[in-house]
Amino acid sequence: MERMNVVIVGHVDHGKSTFTGRLLADTGSLPEGKLDQVKAWCAINSRPFEYAFLLDALKDEQAQGVTIDAARCFFKSDKRHYIIIDAPGHIEFLKNMITGAARAEAAILLIDAHEGVQENSRRHGYMLSMLGIKQVAVLINKMDLANFDETVFNRIKEEYSQFLTSVGVKPSAWVPVCARDGDNLISPSERMPWYTGLDVLAVMDAFHKELPAENLPFRLPVQDVYKFTAQDDDRRIVAGTIVSGTINEGDEVIFLPSEKRSKIAKIEGFNVDPRSSIGTDMATGFTLTTQIFVKPGEMMCKTGAANSHIGTQFKANIFWLGKNPLVLGKKYKLKLGSARVQMVVKEIINVLNAAELSSEHKPEVGRHEVAEVVFQTQKPIAFDTADGHPLTSRFVIVDGYEIAGGGIVVENRSNRSGYTARLEFDSDWQMTSIDAVKRAQRAGHSAAIAIVFGAHANELSKAIETSLFEEKIAAYRIGATSPLQWERLVEMAYILADSGQVVIAAISGTSHDVVAVSDPLSRFPIVPIDSDHCTPAQAIEAIRTRI
Amino acid sequence: MNHLDRLEAQSVYIFREAYRDFKQLGMLWSIGKDSTVLLWLARKAFFGHVPFPLIHIDTSYKIPEMIAYRNEKALEWNLNLIVGQNTEALANKQTYPDGAIDRIACCRALKADALKHTLDGTWPRLRMNHETRQLETDTNPTAFTGVIVGARADEEGSRSKERYFSPRNQDHDWDVADQPPEFWNQYKTDFAPGTHVRIHPLLDWTELNIWEYIDRENIPIIDTYFAKPGGNQRYRSLGCFPCTTPVESPSRTVKEIIEELRSGKFANIAERSGRAQDKEDGGGLETLRREGYM
Repeated sequence: MERMNVVIVGHVDHGKSTFTGRLLADTGSLPEGKLDQVKAWCAINSRPFEYAFLLDALKDEQAQGVTIDAARCFFKSDKRHYIIIDAPGHIEFLKNMITGAARAEAAILLIDAHEGVQENSRRHGYMLSMLGIKQVAVLINKMDLANFDETVFNRIKEEYSQFLTSVGVKPSAWVPVCARDGDNLISPSERMPWYTGLDVLAVMDAFHKELPAENLPFRLPVQDVYKFTAQDDDRRIVAGTIVSGTINEGDEVIFLPSEKRSKIAKIEGFNVDPRSSIGTDMATGFTLTTQIFVKPGEMMCKTGAANSHIGTQFKANIFWLGKNPLVLGKKYKLKLGSARVQMVVKEIINVLNAAELSSEHKPEVGRHEVAEVVFQTQKPIAFDTADGHPLTSRFVIVDGYEIAGGGIVVENRSNRSGYTARLEFDSDWQMTSIDAVKRAQRAGHSAAIAIVFGAHANELSKAIETSLFEEKIAAYRIGATSPLQWERLVEMAYILADSGQVVIAAISGTSHDVVAVSDPLSRFPIVPIDSDHCTPAQAIEAIRTRI
Repeated sequence: MNHLDRLEAQSVYIFREAYRDFKQLGMLWSIGKDSTVLLWLARKAFFGHVPFPLIHIDTSYKIPEMIAYRNEKALEWNLNLIVGQNTEALANKQTYPDGAIDRIACCRALKADALKHTLDGTWPRLRMNHETRQLETDTNPTAFTGVIVGARADEEGSRSKERYFSPRNQDHDWDVADQPPEFWNQYKTDFAPGTHVRIHPLLDWTELNIWEYIDRENIPIIDTYFAKPGGNQRYRSLGCFPCTTPVESPSRTVKEIIEELRSGKFANIAERSGRAQDKEDGGGLETLRREGYM
């Protein structure tokens, strides 16, 4: 029998735990003794029995009367096994709500008929959309407090469906219920004859299983590369879980961002029949036909297919859970697929108040806010955008030791090369302690980077270096003909310029490539020089005006 | 993919995340069915290898067959076995079977305290020497920063709120009210010095799944789970013999146990109903779990 994870969400006190407890009791899903245990606890503590207590297995929850974590319980219908995740409605526990909802294939959202749409009704609706949960049913609960009135039901439905539409959520059903008394849970309610739709159990059975991402292009984030030598095992195994697609022995693969290529030699496994093909969601491992050096964190794709982007800058929609706000310039750790890399926030485009859906410009993103931001990573990583391949567009942000936020990549903002001056990021690196101004005073000139491009970049750059040297200017020429070397070139130019020298960097590209190379070096004056339309004298003059 | 394939893939993924990010990684092995399935899944994840130590906390009151099975498999599967014990409490007879303390206090001393000090390396511990085939004093008792545990969410209330990667502070306390978020298969793998992380690859498995998987993979399991020929008693959950009672059941094979769980008399009885310490006080087990009990 199939299994399905369903999360119950909604504003605090709108009846999530009561609903879940009653559903378990009505479907005969409680283990023997569980009900008695909870009733005994109520008797000892002189409290009237409530279905919600069934779920509040932990002491401090019972004391506070709110669900603080996403508790799981199990029941089955005639159709399938359900794992019910009871997510907390209190704003303080949004990260627990997210933890619960992220495991779900479908969601049930409760709204109190008496209180109507509240802050977390909206916030949770928004989070479901962000987490990518498409199947949602809305229950208008506590209909007894609204005298089982159809107009109340319709009013809330209209208001809330407008909101849900704006965040891209389309509910599959709207059900009026009184969870405490079991109305419309597993059978039609006699107290609401005007409602002719399905009961909640039938609505749940009508959710469909999400299909694995078999039709999306092949992606396998490389989790690790194993070489266990015990018992004379000489296999070198690239291990990971297939996020999407299928792969066969003999297929040619490419690892991103290193762009190394090889072929699948064998699909490895323990205590499993040999197989020549393996598909989505399988945790597996491969030996390759050639010995290439691949690192954990790379994305394995198939050659010749639509592959992930490689880059260092992207725009993302994020939600923030951290105790400290997300701020510009601070270093965070990004975890996307199996990649882990340092990054900084380059730009905060806008911050959205998830409860009100009003957007504003702010220099930071506070706890429980969502925002549109641009990140810059320390080194190139492979990623997808949400419209192309949602599963490999998702990432989390680590602040210190904590997962403090999550997001989805919506746009690749990297320059074509995706280079970055990683010295700016590496906290292990120690840079000079002498001030750039003092250095310039001693040398008689400041630093600059001349980027010489075009067909004659080599000859022109040599001439420039010689002339500057003769004029007693500290000049140093570097050159790279292959774009594969540009990342190193960027780094060398950075350190040379930081030491106060005039760097003459020859690249064999076009003016477009100059942008790619100079972007991470923008701390220094950049002098682009077109070798096809520029004499050495003109070039020297252009450089002199900048130092 | 069927449901067992999915559970297996999820567990293997968790194992690999743990192995990648925790340099001082170990796995608790209680010898029971869950942790033996856990051990099997580790071999799945690492292609037949178990590249970290297994830690067993020996209360000295374990059902004797358990110790024999442990040593046999450790040698057969070439496992790096570490054994810890509260030798002081045992020497001073400060235990429940000695009549000195109640069940919960006994669990705390012989299991929670022994575990805590075995993990942080502050009490002496034993290690299996595969040449002499004996347990010998561990000469390099380093502290573990990642500990893999076979807890399942369906076992009892407090475990249903666990994370796959669940941080413990310096005192091994579990802060239930402030747990890390987990979504999109990204877990808490960064931790402050002195703290450690409990890792739960079996969190989504049910008791029935465990037996279905034992059946599918043909995993050798300790025979105290099965009734003897003609007998009508077997253990459903293994622990210390003074506090664990067998259940009435004639099941002699894995398939019979699966049938019994699916449709038979155990369908509505909690698995740990034979474990006396769970009943001692309302949230006794939860209190213990916060203090480091598995």
